Amino acid sequence: MTTVTSKPGVGHEAGTEKEKWLHAYRQMVSIRLFEEQVNEVYTRALMPGLAHLYSGEEAVAVGICEALRIDDYITSTHRGHGHCLAKGASPDRMFAELLGKEAGYCRGKGGSMHIADPATGNLGANAIVGGSVGIATGAAFAAKNLGADRVAVCFFGEGALGQGSLYEVMNLAQLWKLPVIYVCENNLYNEYTHYTETTAGTILGRAAAFGIETASVDGQDVRAVNEVAERLVKRSRAGGGPAFLQCDTYRYGGHHVGDINREYYRSKQEEQQWKTERDPILVLAKWLIDRGYADAAFLDGIRNEIRATMEAAVKFAIAAPYPSVDEVEKHVYA
Amino acid sequence: MPDREITFAQAVREALAEEMRRDSRVCIIGEDVAEAGTPFKVLSGLVEEFGAKRVVDTPISEAGFTGVAVGAAMTGLRPVVDIMFGDFITLTMDQMVNQAAKAHYMSGGHWKVPMVMRTTLGATRRSAAQHSQSLHAWFSHVPGLKVVLPSTPYDAKGLLKAAIRDENPVVFFEDKMMYKLKGPVPENDYTIPLGVADVKRAGDDITLVATSSMVQVALGAAILLEKEGISAEVVDPRTTWPLDEKTLIDSSKKTSRVIVLDEGYGRYGVTAELAAVIAEGAFYDLDAPVKRMGAMHVPIPFSPPLEDVTVPTEQTVFDAARSMCKPS
Repeated sequence: MTTVTSKPGVGHEAGTEKEKWLHAYRQMVSIRLFEEQVNEVYTRALMPGLAHLYSGEEAVAVGICEALRIDDYITSTHRGHGHCLAKGASPDRMFAELLGKEAGYCRGKGGSMHIADPATGNLGANAIVGGSVGIATGAAFAAKNLGADRVAVCFFGEGALGQGSLYEVMNLAQLWKLPVIYVCENNLYNEYTHYTETTAGTILGRAAAFGIETASVDGQDVRAVNEVAERLVKRSRAGGGPAFLQCDTYRYGGHHVGDINREYYRSKQEEQQWKTERDPILVLAKWLIDRGYADAAFLDGIRNEIRATMEAAVKFAIAAPYPSVDEVEKHVYA
Repeated sequence: MPDREITFAQAVREALAEEMRRDSRVCIIGEDVAEAGTPFKVLSGLVEEFGAKRVVDTPISEAGFTGVAVGAAMTGLRPVVDIMFGDFITLTMDQMVNQAAKAHYMSGGHWKVPMVMRTTLGATRRSAAQHSQSLHAWFSHVPGLKVVLPSTPYDAKGLLKAAIRDENPVVFFEDKMMYKLKGPVPENDYTIPLGVADVKRAGDDITLVATSSMVQVALGAAILLEKEGISAEVVDPRTTWPLDEKTLIDSSKKTSRVIVLDEGYGRYGVTAELAAVIAEGAFYDLDAPVKRMGAMHVPIPFSPPLEDVTVPTEQTVFDAARSMCKPS
């Protein structure tokens, strides 16, 4: 098995500022290049099913997961590859899962939208919009009940703001002061519809109504995301209760890989503006160079190294065997 | 020494209390489960013994607290969720069907969801259409869930303890009308494995396969049939999944006539499935088509004379069985 980087959340604690942000850079580049390979594999018709790419939103997953311990929990979404990688999943087993292979994280039974990994606290990606809000809140309930100092992070898109179960569990989490952080990735579009057409009132006002601690942050700035995440995680871990973090971000591609003609809901100019002016990887690269922590050639080297790792991961997954057909009835019941 | 007799409700409470003493991970989550002990008073006394941390009152928020139980079960607790009326399972469907039932399979066996949902079924309580349904067929349809239908205090205690110890999500349906039914229940620890049917009464001429609330109806009908010289066997599957197909088929082969009784709706329901299992397994030994009896295909009406005709009774089962055994 190949690994891309050191475990999240441990790389920076004993290290320097330079090491911390170079690590974050590697993590974001890993997600970007993973998704580039997914697009490539999908376009070559090697991947069955659906693929929802995280490209453009890397600073959210990385900024938050860098504030977590390996044994903290996350729940993820249909657009979940970035969360899985940021929490420490290895790309070869992820690609194997995307191709339905036995070496995948779920033995090929989950696919792109359901990657789960107990070793990194990943309770699973969920293909029901808002479907994991109960699970994340329940993990926080168990952590508190069992006296563990773990926190749970619930990632969801702004599309999940329309689901009633979110409001039920936020009420419970605040009543019971549970260590759960609701992370709303506002990438502006509920599938093919701008969120302002689906969302009355304000996003933070929803959580504030329950008395939950709220914050919003530029989701394209990994250092800003991480700073607020560190604060909220520390607060929840210490018994301060739940928090709600709005991260303003942008989905570079379509709702899924096949959503190519997007002009009817957003302009190419808008897409280009986010990519050139607010790209999270470019923003961090500029900062690293300005601080003298890296130069362009060094960062290119990182990209080339990670690209090679991703290509190897894809090769591994393509060569890996499918599960035996006998597998189909296994794991229905524990 | 014969076993003492306690009610169905007491048997449920005793099973919970014993399991909570045995395993500190077992907790109860639901509406008015603590001091109130639920409207049926099934849980009275538990919060006093185990405290509010383990007998957790919730807002009226079935989807929310069921989802919390799924996540808590995945991460180290063994929650028993209380859904006051079976009609309210509609509010929990995504959590049970898309989350609890699938987490183990979708994760390739990595995550487990050892939780129990306790809820109710049954009409004739004058509670009208939204507090009287028997919707256990819905969960029986879904791979990954187990569904338990106790029909006696003895079964309630043994099956609930087995459900709590199971590593899977288990839905446990209690007949509201049965809470005051008394029966012998051992004071000691015992479990009844899920997926083992019980022959509640032996007979030779006809098999009455009955679940939950219909078991007592079938036993009553069997007494009426005996007076007519017809010997009825009453078989209780006790769980719709896993299903003890062999016991159903063996009894059907022995008697050659079968009525399947279940208080859920017949259309696409539990009786349809059980009848199909029997027809496939015992076809060449049957002397008549398998007959199904269940709730009429109407919303349960409030008005007592209307409600009473919607579910099978001892008399209607007797009539049906007699006409199968002694065609006029």
